[in-house]
Amino acid sequence: MLKVTSLCRNFGGLPALSEVSFSLQRGRVTALIGPNGAGKSTMINCITGVDQPDAGRVEYLGEEITGMPAYRVAHLGIARTFQNLRLFPRLSVLDNVLCGLTVQGGKSMFGALIRPPQVRNRERRLRLKAMSALDRFGLTDLADWPVDVLAYGDRKRVELARAIVSEPSLILLDEPVAGLNHEETALVGHEIRALRAQGYTLLLVEHDMDLVMGVSDHVVVLDGGRCIASGTPDEVRQNPLVLEAYLGRTAVMA
Amino acid sequence: MTGRDKILYFLYLHRNGLTVLALSCLLAIYPLIYGNPYILGLTNLIGLYTIVVLGLNLFIGYAGQISLGHAAFFALGAYGSAILTTEWGFWPWPTILLVALGSGAVALLVGIPTLRLHGHYLAMATLGFNIVIYTVLVQWDELTGGPSGFYGVPSLAIGSWQFDSDLKLHYLVWAAALVCLTLALNLVRSGVGRGLAALAGDEVAARSLGVDTRTAKVKVFVLSAVLASLAGSLYAHTFGFVSPDTFNIFASVDFVTMVVVGGLGSVWGSLFGAALLTWLPEFIDLFESYKDIIHGLILVVVLMFLPQGLVTGLIDLARVRLARWRHRRA
Ligand SMILES: Nc1ncnc2c1ncn2[C@@H]1O[C@H](COP(=O)(O)OP(=O)(O)O)[C@@H](O)[C@H]1O
Ligand SMILES: [Mg+2]
Repeated sequence: MLKVTSLCRNFGGLPALSEVSFSLQRGRVTALIGPNGAGKSTMINCITGVDQPDAGRVEYLGEEITGMPAYRVAHLGIARTFQNLRLFPRLSVLDNVLCGLTVQGGKSMFGALIRPPQVRNRERRLRLKAMSALDRFGLTDLADWPVDVLAYGDRKRVELARAIVSEPSLILLDEPVAGLNHEETALVGHEIRALRAQGYTLLLVEHDMDLVMGVSDHVVVLDGGRCIASGTPDEVRQNPLVLEAYLGRTAVMA
Repeated sequence: MTGRDKILYFLYLHRNGLTVLALSCLLAIYPLIYGNPYILGLTNLIGLYTIVVLGLNLFIGYAGQISLGHAAFFALGAYGSAILTTEWGFWPWPTILLVALGSGAVALLVGIPTLRLHGHYLAMATLGFNIVIYTVLVQWDELTGGPSGFYGVPSLAIGSWQFDSDLKLHYLVWAAALVCLTLALNLVRSGVGRGLAALAGDEVAARSLGVDTRTAKVKVFVLSAVLASLAGSLYAHTFGFVSPDTFNIFASVDFVTMVVVGGLGSVWGSLFGAALLTWLPEFIDLFESYKDIIHGLILVVVLMFLPQGLVTGLIDLARVRLARWRHRRA
């Protein structure tokens, strides 16, 4: 479904990604793991047009999307979350999630000014959709709250709700459970499994190995901007290169 | 739901429409009770400024940009209508639209290169544009009447019925202002409006959600220029006279101050900001003599303590307090 070929990205001469290739299968959950600074977030940014790769190719459904502006990538049905939350602080929880429906929200400024019945009905439909996404993440009671007063865990879930509300064909999650407590991690883990059961295609960047090993069909390991291993969770777990990359950094892999 | 709940819910659901309706009734009745021409002249001015400030607030408060040149678009509307109807014999009504389209086209030309800039650079670019337009108005005196202004702009008329008294103009100006207010309310409650609010909040996130931020900025800039131009045309026909000093850079700063006092991103605040800053100098002499300094001070002080503007900033503070309080009790 998504194919990344020999992707390179340098920051001031230092390679954050060098010659990374992998692909995502439709309906599968692929995990992208690796130590901090391995280039995982950079990879997501390069796929979604937030950052431009220096070389290599990104193909989505057979079409090249390398270097395409982020808003056009979004219109192809690719949604994402950010490692360091990027919510709209002054908007309410509901409005934040409604922003996730931009692609379906109509582009005509004239229509928006005049607000004919079609626009009115569309707004009503979008609201219902957003409310059901809030419900899914247990945020219904917080709908009218400004996001900047929410606890970190709640905000993290608002961002997830915003990413999935449009029913995107590909979802890229950058560390969705980092900083969450046990309960919240369980809830999000449960939702990721539910998304997978519904047939969504996901790329999951995560440090929580229980989650990664539990939900992924395929694991890609980055270290220092290079892809050092890939395969099923079991294969990766036993790969000596991976063990070495993680040695002393985390014991979960053992 | 009980009957009372239903009524409250209805009121809540239609709060914007009902407020517009209530305001319309108030504005329709009040000049019949209190028809002081001096006051009407003043409220007419407020209505015209409200139209400009509405557009500018969409640009500053929603799209998160800055313009110190909106008096220039106000000027294009005013001088465009004045010159075309007086010197060239154009029909006033279609001219208003024609000039608004022209101003929109100018905004497009100015906006495409400048809206790539950020913050100070954008402020400087729009300020520069205002200075250029002002200089043209002063220097090209065969066409514009130069520093002493342009006289004899005809009144608007429907058939032989002229909008020639403050009372009649009151209805014309406020009908236009209320229509613009309603359009702005529609816009901010739509997907396009949320896209703009997103853009002001976090440009990267907005883009990742599918907002074409560059185009959105240009579109709002053009929309705000069109509104300023409409207000300018009405201004020329309302007062029958235009002079360059109405459109200098201090006027642009005044508009920004009105936006800031009313609150960034608040449609109703635009009305409040325009009203307050137009009334005050009429009633407090100190304000009259040091208007520019005082407006500058208001701008700086409000932005230092309430970066979202006076009204919106206070509402935000209250909202956050309320939410925290509910959070603690829950
Ligand atoms: N905008 C940037 N400018 C300079 N260096 C960056 C930038 N973004 C990331 N890097 C560098 O690229 C490397 C990979 O970063 P990142 O993709 O965030 O890693 P990860 O998400 O795997 O922890 C790091 O060494 C980081 O310092
Ligand atoms: Mg990262």
